[in-house]
Amino acid sequence: MLRGKAFKFGDNISTDHITPGRLAHLRSNLPELAKHVLEDADPTFASRVKAGDFIVAGNNFGLGSSREHAPLVIKMVGVNAILAKSVARIFFRNAINLGLPVLICNTDNIDDGDELEVDLARGTVNDITRANQLTFGKLPEVMLHILNEGGLIPYIKKYGDFKL
Amino acid sequence: MGKTLAEKILSQKSGSDARSGDIVIAQVDLVFAQDTTGPLTIRQFQACGFERLANPEKTILFLDHAAPSPNRGMSNDHILLHQFAQQTGCLIYDVGEGICHQIVAESLAKPGDVIVGADSHTVTAGALAAFATGMGSSDVAIAFGLGKTWFRVPESIKIMVSGKFPHGVEAKDFVLHLIGTIGADGATYKALEFGGDGMDNMSMSERFTIANMAVEAGAKVGLFPADRITEGYLSSQGRGDHYQPMFADRDASYEKTINFDLAALEPTVAKPHNVDNVALARELKGTKIQQVFIGTCTNGRLEDIAIVADTLKGKRRHPETRLIVAPASPQVLLTAIRAGYIHTLVEAGAIILPPGCGACLGLHQGVLGDGEFCLSTANRNFKGRMGNPEAFIYLGSPATAAATALTGEITDPREVM
Ligand code: SF4
Repeated sequence: MLRGKAFKFGDNISTDHITPGRLAHLRSNLPELAKHVLEDADPTFASRVKAGDFIVAGNNFGLGSSREHAPLVIKMVGVNAILAKSVARIFFRNAINLGLPVLICNTDNIDDGDELEVDLARGTVNDITRANQLTFGKLPEVMLHILNEGGLIPYIKKYGDFKL
Repeated sequence: MGKTLAEKILSQKSGSDARSGDIVIAQVDLVFAQDTTGPLTIRQFQACGFERLANPEKTILFLDHAAPSPNRGMSNDHILLHQFAQQTGCLIYDVGEGICHQIVAESLAKPGDVIVGADSHTVTAGALAAFATGMGSSDVAIAFGLGKTWFRVPESIKIMVSGKFPHGVEAKDFVLHLIGTIGADGATYKALEFGGDGMDNMSMSERFTIANMAVEAGAKVGLFPADRITEGYLSSQGRGDHYQPMFADRDASYEKTINFDLAALEPTVAKPHNVDNVALARELKGTKIQQVFIGTCTNGRLEDIAIVADTLKGKRRHPETRLIVAPASPQVLLTAIRAGYIHTLVEAGAIILPPGCGACLGLHQGVLGDGEFCLSTANRNFKGRMGNPEAFIYLGSPATAAATALTGEITDPREVM
């Protein structure tokens, strides 16, 4: 069971909002890059987010670049999972590859600051603040398998190959 | 039942009967990373315990995003990439040797290939009927090490085009119109497959522009058939032997088909801060522009620079509008020099950047000031994209960019042609 606070974002949060190109020189200095996570969407986010919190977004979260640094710094600051109505393809795969859960659900009724409880195994989100329960869609089998191993690198280290 | 192009290529490369929705493991014909995603790719490759590349001759590093490097951090990343190339024997294209997608198009991709790159615009090679898609560093690191990757075979959306571009209208206007129509997530997880008789009139350069922006609609790949135009292009690049015809089967099944009449299009512009936020260029008349940027993997080819040079010949840019031009590759630059285009552009007041991504992603060479407006021929106008979240980016065709550089405000190119 994961428990934390919701940080609410709108639609079309791009990888440029999360880790802008102007900070490309920090990509080999991840702790420094993480201090700027989501800076262009909410400059106060990095200083307010706590380990265990959730990013809650609208449609098409993570569109744009293939830079894996975007989910990487989100994970580094301790975000438990990303909840969104939809997620762009490359970002989705990158997050799962890093062991960061991405949950597709209708986030309309979750507000900024709500206390959430997520049960990954049962596929439910409990919005404690609003006494509201949601369910999220199941991941495709292969992604679930990768996520359960903690990401793609541990998965390949364990199996030596794709085991579909 | 017949197969889409996506199903055909993934069937061949996975040795299975691949149908949309299936999960397959496919051999990759080409795998690459660039200087902003390559260092993490190398670290993931090493974290996985790999010591050797599956196919060094099919593995490539490109130093194109910071070319040449503007700071110490990027310079040190470049050193890391060079060291990795030395150790593993992979190919490396150094600073100044061009944008990854342009080099893949000119020299490497061929019909029927599976290509994965740690860069979202890897989709550009879909114009050559290659199943080419962007992935993150972990996936690409595994493809470096194993020479293969997994795919969910995408459903395909058929984009049928008819007619010809009217005077002053270009491939860029079409693809912006297309994204405006289906939305920035209109093709998420899907393949876009282009067809129709309008394609017979479309050059490879135009097809690259369109395939390049498939990802801006969320698509996994934007595929064109390999036809006589593809063959002509590969021959002109000295790669005629790389050609094989590739078409979807007539009875392939598509999620849906959308029709477009090229003749009905007008110069189109995407407004800040999303690519699907489109309007007609003429509707934006009066919008003052401080910087015009022409280049990138979308529109930095010879044909693009030729249009700009034609429009600017004997004229001068607006005094309050910077004009920055970045050819996509040395081949483009050299040909543009020989054709006199560069001479024309410099006389018109342009700044010529070395082949590379230039100002596109806000690393250097054209970072916008607070409150400034830019008209760019790139593929993205997200907030902060060109180095400053307080700036505003409009996307348009090379013709619209040239017309805008002349007048200092967003201008329908038909007004100055
Ligand atoms: S030109 Fe722009 S979009 Fe193309 S690869 Fe370079 S940074 Fe990416």
